[in-house]
Amino acid sequence: MSKIGVFVCHCGENIARTVDTERVARAASRIRGVAFATDYKYMCSDPGQAKIKKAIADYGLTGVVVAACSPHMHEKTFRKAVEEAGVNPFLCEMANIREHCSWVHEREEATTQKAIELVRLMVEKVKRNTALTPVRVQVTKRALVIGGGVAGIQAALDIADGGHEVVLVEKEPSIGGHMAQLSETFPTLDCSQCILTPKMVDVGSHPRIKLHTYSEVEKVEGFVGNFRVTVRKKARSVDINKCTGCGECQMKCPSKKIPSEFDRGLRNRTAIYIPFPQAVPARPVIDREHCIYFTKGKCKVCQKVCPAGAVDYEQTDEYVEEQVGAIVVATGYDLYTVDKQGPYPEFLGYGEYGYGQDPDILDGLQFERLASASGPTGGKILRPSDGKEPKSIVFLKCIGSRHPSKGIFFCSKTCCMYTAKHTMLYKHKVHDGQAYVFYMDIRSPGKNYDEFVRRAIEEEGAIYLRGRVSRIYRAGDRLIVKGADTLSGAAVEVEADMVVLATAMMPQPGIEKLFQKLGISYDEYKWASEAHPKLRPVECATAGIFLAGAAQGPKDIPEAVAQASGAASKVLVMFSHDEMLREPVVARVNENTCIACWYCLEVCPYKAISKKEIRDRKGNLIKRVAEVNPSICTGCGTCAATCFSNSVDLDGFTDEQLYSEINSLMAVGQDLFAEPDKGEPAEGEARAA
Amino acid sequence: MMKYAYYPGCSLKGTAIDYHASTLALAGRLGIELVELEDWVCCGASPAHQRNPILAAGIANLLLSLSSGVSSQIAVLCAACYHNMKKAEEEMRRDGRHRNEVEALTGIRFDPEVRTRHFLDILDKDLGLAALKEKVVRPLEGLRVACYYGCLLSRPPIIAFDDPEVPEIMERVLRAAGAEPVNWTHRLECCGASHAVPLTDAVLRLVNDILISARDAGAEIVSCACPLCQANLDMRQDEIRKKLGVTHNLPVVYFTQLLGIACGATGEDVKIRKGMVSAEPLLRFKNLL
Repeated sequence: MSKIGVFVCHCGENIARTVDTERVARAASRIRGVAFATDYKYMCSDPGQAKIKKAIADYGLTGVVVAACSPHMHEKTFRKAVEEAGVNPFLCEMANIREHCSWVHEREEATTQKAIELVRLMVEKVKRNTALTPVRVQVTKRALVIGGGVAGIQAALDIADGGHEVVLVEKEPSIGGHMAQLSETFPTLDCSQCILTPKMVDVGSHPRIKLHTYSEVEKVEGFVGNFRVTVRKKARSVDINKCTGCGECQMKCPSKKIPSEFDRGLRNRTAIYIPFPQAVPARPVIDREHCIYFTKGKCKVCQKVCPAGAVDYEQTDEYVEEQVGAIVVATGYDLYTVDKQGPYPEFLGYGEYGYGQDPDILDGLQFERLASASGPTGGKILRPSDGKEPKSIVFLKCIGSRHPSKGIFFCSKTCCMYTAKHTMLYKHKVHDGQAYVFYMDIRSPGKNYDEFVRRAIEEEGAIYLRGRVSRIYRAGDRLIVKGADTLSGAAVEVEADMVVLATAMMPQPGIEKLFQKLGISYDEYKWASEAHPKLRPVECATAGIFLAGAAQGPKDIPEAVAQASGAASKVLVMFSHDEMLREPVVARVNENTCIACWYCLEVCPYKAISKKEIRDRKGNLIKRVAEVNPSICTGCGTCAATCFSNSVDLDGFTDEQLYSEINSLMAVGQDLFAEPDKGEPAEGEARAA
Repeated sequence: MMKYAYYPGCSLKGTAIDYHASTLALAGRLGIELVELEDWVCCGASPAHQRNPILAAGIANLLLSLSSGVSSQIAVLCAACYHNMKKAEEEMRRDGRHRNEVEALTGIRFDPEVRTRHFLDILDKDLGLAALKEKVVRPLEGLRVACYYGCLLSRPPIIAFDDPEVPEIMERVLRAAGAEPVNWTHRLECCGASHAVPLTDAVLRLVNDILISARDAGAEIVSCACPLCQANLDMRQDEIRKKLGVTHNLPVVYFTQLLGIACGATGEDVKIRKGMVSAEPLLRFKNLL
């Protein structure tokens, strides 16, 4: 006979506000097989856990149900407590009466009834739970970092410096990411390239970092500790080992009119090109879409001039398989589309501002390139239309941030600071110029951040106008910016020579395809989701996968770097063990009934199932059956659902357990209660007869 | 024959009778049957939603229900009526709690199948520009038109049938009829209609800016889709001359009047003489009348 303990949590007010927790405990105490039931304000706290341990000792409990929050939140906590009291942790289950009940219903009778039913079905399951032991697996002490921006660079360096091999995959021809495009950085105005490029060089020359640039992750198999990753190295058309990076090819390339991605279209590049002088690796790539040889079949100038004979038009995409134990996702961001319409139909563009129509209306990164010493104007602020110095410049904040009618609800977090920086860079280069900023709020919490903004306004004379801009018109030589100053309540018009849109961040278009390959979750904007917003900010819910930088949400450089180091330290913690424990929720085949149809083998997404031969002592084949490798199986249950002969069951989620849960709901009031409800709790605690 | 329920709204039966007449004249020539709603009431325009948003949605819900038995598609011409009805309809479709409140107040069930449609959208999507082109007998060749949307027709995005900030639908439709829409800056600026009485001077300035922008872009005529915009842009020109010293003399008509003429309606059919600044001399000069 089971002796189950039921522990009902109030979660402060979170559950008790809508659910009568005391009554849930009382009802639970009358379920057949329940030996003890109680409720408490914070079950996860130390005294709460002590209650569980004491009850296990006092009543000799054989199983525990904690009616509280989602198992995602605290299943580990309670299983650990139960284990410490000497009971197998897999005999402890959670009934989720918070997310599934109290948070989504009003305070009424039905809510408490639902909580009671959730408890009852979990009691029925625990009665049939069996003791399980975690599966031990070897850890491959090698990490994959996806994305070579500052976050990926930092994570890769930290893990490699910690003594482990790192594979860094970057989809562009060079690492460096968006940070390499920036001019100077807030709040210290140090040159972005000066602080980043040494790190890029470190990555390029690190003995434990294997760099795949111009490459993308094609396929991810396996699980925590043992991932098998296929990397597609896109055809560069240049043999990176022969090439010396002399640059002769891009000097002579006749196709010169391609807008440079790195300079955001403010300068042109050639078809064979090194994206920027400090690139790592400093090796060119042929852009086959624009190359004259690849489009028209004639040219080959680069091959003729290359002194090293490195140009190879026959190169094809190459697939490399890498074995790693952990993955850091550092895929970064892209700019919000300030054009008329972007890649996502659910988010509207900004046609009213005329970006892309008028050359003197720039996005934030374009202005960075203008202000950069290595940029198209050598760091001079000049109008793209006529090369004149703008004497009046208007910055518009929140373009793609906090704009519900465009479909964007979040704050991009970095634009307040970079706009303040832009006004300063402008003032430092155009002394007699005037900068105007249209803003909604100034958000500058961060070390030395608000001081920086005050400096822009008070010392450098930027005029901040609180309000949004409705429209920008071209009137002859100038741009008319029509907006509102909501502090004075007046409509304002500013004549400007140049307008800069403080463009927000969005995830890289199509990044969800990578996230799906990795099996990690993401939100409605396609930002990757962390396992817990406060307590597990650098881990994904999928074990062994970590997050660094803006892939998770808008971040500035200090934050991205801090998170990257956090992710790296999590990887290093993992690598400090030779083997790790995995949940023993795995599939099990009943060899007596298995008919060897192999459907399970076909559907298993993890290739965890193989064919096993059963032989007698003389070695004669008796039959073939399916066999599950418990160190690969993730317990997804696909095989159990597919099996025709009902021979596959999932440990911890057997058919018997699930059916008994359902039956407990069907059989309400029939046979489940040991005795009728007399409604007399003893100090919130009750014992079954 | 395409059949739609038709909600004219108060303006089209009074100050904007030319909008109503030209719409019917045009629809008849395009093979579009417009069946006027029976027993319709005012949409509540601007006072209702400021007074009581649920009541405002209730009026729209009543109007939407009147279409039952005729068509699930209601053609609306006035920008304010369209705005009110479409907004109420979309909000009820998206927000169940709001819908329950409105239904409880009016005692009328909201039919989620019903769609408020602006006539421009019907021409563009249902009829199609190719079919429209076929019906054109007098192409508006050489007529440089400034298409004016004002504030209500395309915004907020919840009601939009084209890009809410950079719509091109009116240009598309008029271009199909042979006109030459000009590229101008003030297509979506507010004409200040709701401040006509308390802040007349501000309105004069706004209208003046709009007319200057249209004129500078080379427009000979302004096409609009809102009775209040039309009245404001048309009737203020004399006052602008007196108070601001700027002479305009720019005719302001409805897009349905221009299309009606292009499809063979007479000036009388579309009541072209109703405007304060007459469009007749221009249209005669272009051999369109």
